[in-house]
Amino acid sequence: MKKVYKLEDLDCANCAAKMERAVAKIDGVDSVSVSFMTQRMAIEADEDRFEEIMERVVKACKKIEPDCRILR
Amino acid sequence: MKGYSLSKKEKRTLGRIIAALALFVVLFAADKTVVLGSVFHGPAAWVLPFCLYLAVYLLIGYDVLWRAVRNIAHGQVFDENFLMCLATLGAFALAIYRGATGQEIEGFDEACAVLLFYQIGEFFQSCATGKSRKSISALMDIRPDYANLVREDGTTEKIDPEEVKIGDTILVNPGEKIPLDGVVVKGASALDTKALTGESLPRDAAAGDEVISGCVNITSQLEIQVTKEFYDSTVSKILELVENASEQKSKAENFITKFAKYYTPVVVIVAALLAVVPGLITSDWSTWVYRALSFLVVSCPCALVISIPLSFFAGIGAASRHGILIKGSNYLEKFNVANTFVFDKTGTLTKGNFAVSKISPAPEENAEEILRLAAIAEQNSNHPIARSVAVRYGKAAEGGYTLTNIAGKGISASKEGETILCGNEKLMRENEIDYVAESGLGTVVYVAKNGRFVGSLLISDEIKPEAKDVVENLNGMGCKTIMLTGDNEAIAADVAAKIGLTGYKASLLPQNKVTEVESMLKEKKQKDVLCFVGDGINDAPVLMRSDIGIAMGGVGSDAAIEASDIVLMKDDLKGISLAKRIAKKTMSIVFQNIVFSIAVKVAILILSAFGITNMWVAVFGDVGVAVLAILNAMRVNSNYTVPRKCAPASSKDAAQ
Repeated sequence: MKKVYKLEDLDCANCAAKMERAVAKIDGVDSVSVSFMTQRMAIEADEDRFEEIMERVVKACKKIEPDCRILR
Repeated sequence: MKGYSLSKKEKRTLGRIIAALALFVVLFAADKTVVLGSVFHGPAAWVLPFCLYLAVYLLIGYDVLWRAVRNIAHGQVFDENFLMCLATLGAFALAIYRGATGQEIEGFDEACAVLLFYQIGEFFQSCATGKSRKSISALMDIRPDYANLVREDGTTEKIDPEEVKIGDTILVNPGEKIPLDGVVVKGASALDTKALTGESLPRDAAAGDEVISGCVNITSQLEIQVTKEFYDSTVSKILELVENASEQKSKAENFITKFAKYYTPVVVIVAALLAVVPGLITSDWSTWVYRALSFLVVSCPCALVISIPLSFFAGIGAASRHGILIKGSNYLEKFNVANTFVFDKTGTLTKGNFAVSKISPAPEENAEEILRLAAIAEQNSNHPIARSVAVRYGKAAEGGYTLTNIAGKGISASKEGETILCGNEKLMRENEIDYVAESGLGTVVYVAKNGRFVGSLLISDEIKPEAKDVVENLNGMGCKTIMLTGDNEAIAADVAAKIGLTGYKASLLPQNKVTEVESMLKEKKQKDVLCFVGDGINDAPVLMRSDIGIAMGGVGSDAAIEASDIVLMKDDLKGISLAKRIAKKTMSIVFQNIVFSIAVKVAILILSAFGITNMWVAVFGDVGVAVLAILNAMRVNSNYTVPRKCAPASSKDAAQ
C-alpha cells in the first residue's frame, strides 16, 4: 500500500535525506521518498502492518529531526 | 525575494538576525577601537569581551544550541547543529585559553560571527525554498473550492466539488473556476486556460462543447453537465501529478545526498586528526585546534544538498507554467539527453482532421457537382474521410438513395435509375469507368455517375504548422526524428520529407507500433534515450514502454496523463523544444552547483589545513556558497516564452 504524508517544518534538506535513509531501513517498508521541496513523504509498505510500520517511521523521523511532524 | 511574504517564524528569525547583527557590529567596532580586553588588566582581562560576545552569541544561536543538545541526546553525532556549536564553542574556549595564558585576547568575535552568518545562511535558504514552493503552488490555484449545483427546482447550492455526481448540472459564473469536467448545456463564454496550458488566448465554449476543470470562466454564465467525478477530473489528475513530481529523484539528487552522507563524517574525522596528530608532534595545540575548528565550520553539507533539488524543482515549476507537466526530476534529467524522438503521425505531427485538399473535376463537370454526389454516397458513413466530404460540401446531402457498401472499394448509391459510384480506383476499374488517376498524396475518392466519370477528390491530413520548425530544431541538436504511421509508404515519405524527419516507418497497424518501438529500444545504445510523442489516445502502451513518453494535448485525457512522463497540456509541438530548453538549462545549473560547491568547500578545507585562511573565510565560504548556489538555482525560473530570435512581445505575461 502506498501513502503520501505531508511533513510540517522540515527545514533542512540533509535531514530529509537522512530521514529517507532511516525509514528505508525499517522492516516492512518497500520504498520511501522524502521530498524536501514539496515537504512530502511517499511511503510504500506492507498493507497488513501499515499502522505499526508508520509508528516506527514517526519514531525514526523524530529522532533525526524532532521539529518535523508527519501529518497523519 | 520580491512577491514573497515571510512566515511568522521567518519574521521572528529575521528580527533576531537584525538585532544580533547590529549588536555584533557595535561590539566589534568597540572592540577594535577601545580593545575591550585592555579595559581590565591581569589574567581575567578576557572576561569582559567574552561576556559581551557570548550575549550576542546566545541571542542569535540559542535555538541552534538547543537543537544540538537535543540531537546529540538522540545519538546524532554528525548533526549540523551540533557541529556548528562544537566549532563555535571550541573557538570560544580557545580564545579563553589564550586570554587565560596571557596571550593576545582575540577570537571571540570570530566565534560569534560564525554562528551569526550560519543563521543568516539558513534564513536565506528558508526564504529561497519558500519562494520556490510558492511558485509551484501558484499552479495549485487551479483547485476549485466549490461547485454551484443546480437543483431540480432551479435553485443553486454551493457544495464541495467532491460531492458532485456524474450527470449533475452545475452553474459557473464569470470569474469562477470550472470545478469539474463536463459538457456545456447552456450559455456561451470565453474560458481562460492559462493556468492549465500556459496559453494566454482565451478559448470559446458554447453549448455542446466539452470543457475541462481548472479553466476560469471569463465572460458569461455557463451551465455545465458534469461528465467526470472530481477525483477523475483534469484538475485532480494535474494536482496529483504536480504534488508527486519530486518523488522520482534524479541521479544528480541521489549523488549529492550520497555525497553528503560521507562528506560530513569524513570532514569531522579529518578535523579530529588535524587537532590531535600535529598537536602531539608540534605541541602547538591552539593553532591546530583552531584549524580543526575551521574544518567543522565547512562540514555542513546543507547548501549543497538544497541547491540541487531546488534547481530541479524550479525547472519543473518553470515547465508547468508553460503547460508542460513533468512527472519527476529524473525525467527532466533524462529528457536533457534524449536523442531519439519517435512521433506518432496522426494527431501529433498532423492535425488529424482530414480535409478535402484538392478537387479535380472531369472536363465539363464542376467541383460542386462532385462534392454533391460524394456527399450523397458518404452520408451514412462516420469515417473521417466521409466527414471531411460532408464538411466541405457544407449542406445536407439529398436523401432517398439506396446506399450499398462495397467492402474495400467504396459505396454505390442509387435512386430511380440514377447510380452514383464513389470509391477508390478498384471500384472504377471494376465498373469499367474511364477515370483520370489522381497522383496527389492522400486518400483519393473517385466519383462516377451513371457510368461516367465526374471527377475525384483528394483528401489529406494537414501537417501542423509548427511541426517543421520543431523537427528541424531537434535535428539541429543531433537528435533522430522518426515517424510511425499506418499510412502507406508514399504518404509517409511525403510527410516525412515535408517536415524534415530523419526517418519513418509506414504501414504499421496500431499494435505494430508497440513492437516497432520495442525493437528500437532494443537496438539503441545504453545511453541513448528514446522519447515517444503521441496524442495519448490509442498509444498508452507505447507511451509506457518508451524511456520518456510524451503525451500531447493531455487536457481531458486522463489515460494519457497517467501513461506518460511528460504531458504537453497544449496541443502544440513547440512544447517539446521548450521542454528541451528548460531541461538543458536546469541540468547545466545543477552541474554548475555541484562542481562549484564541492570545489569551494574542498579549497577552503585545504587552505584551512595549511592555516592560510581563518574561520572568517571558512564561514563566508560556506554561507556564500549556499547563497550563490541558491541564486543560481533561481535562474532556472527565467523567461522562456520569448524565442531567441523573435521580438519580446509576450515578455510581460511571462514575468508574472
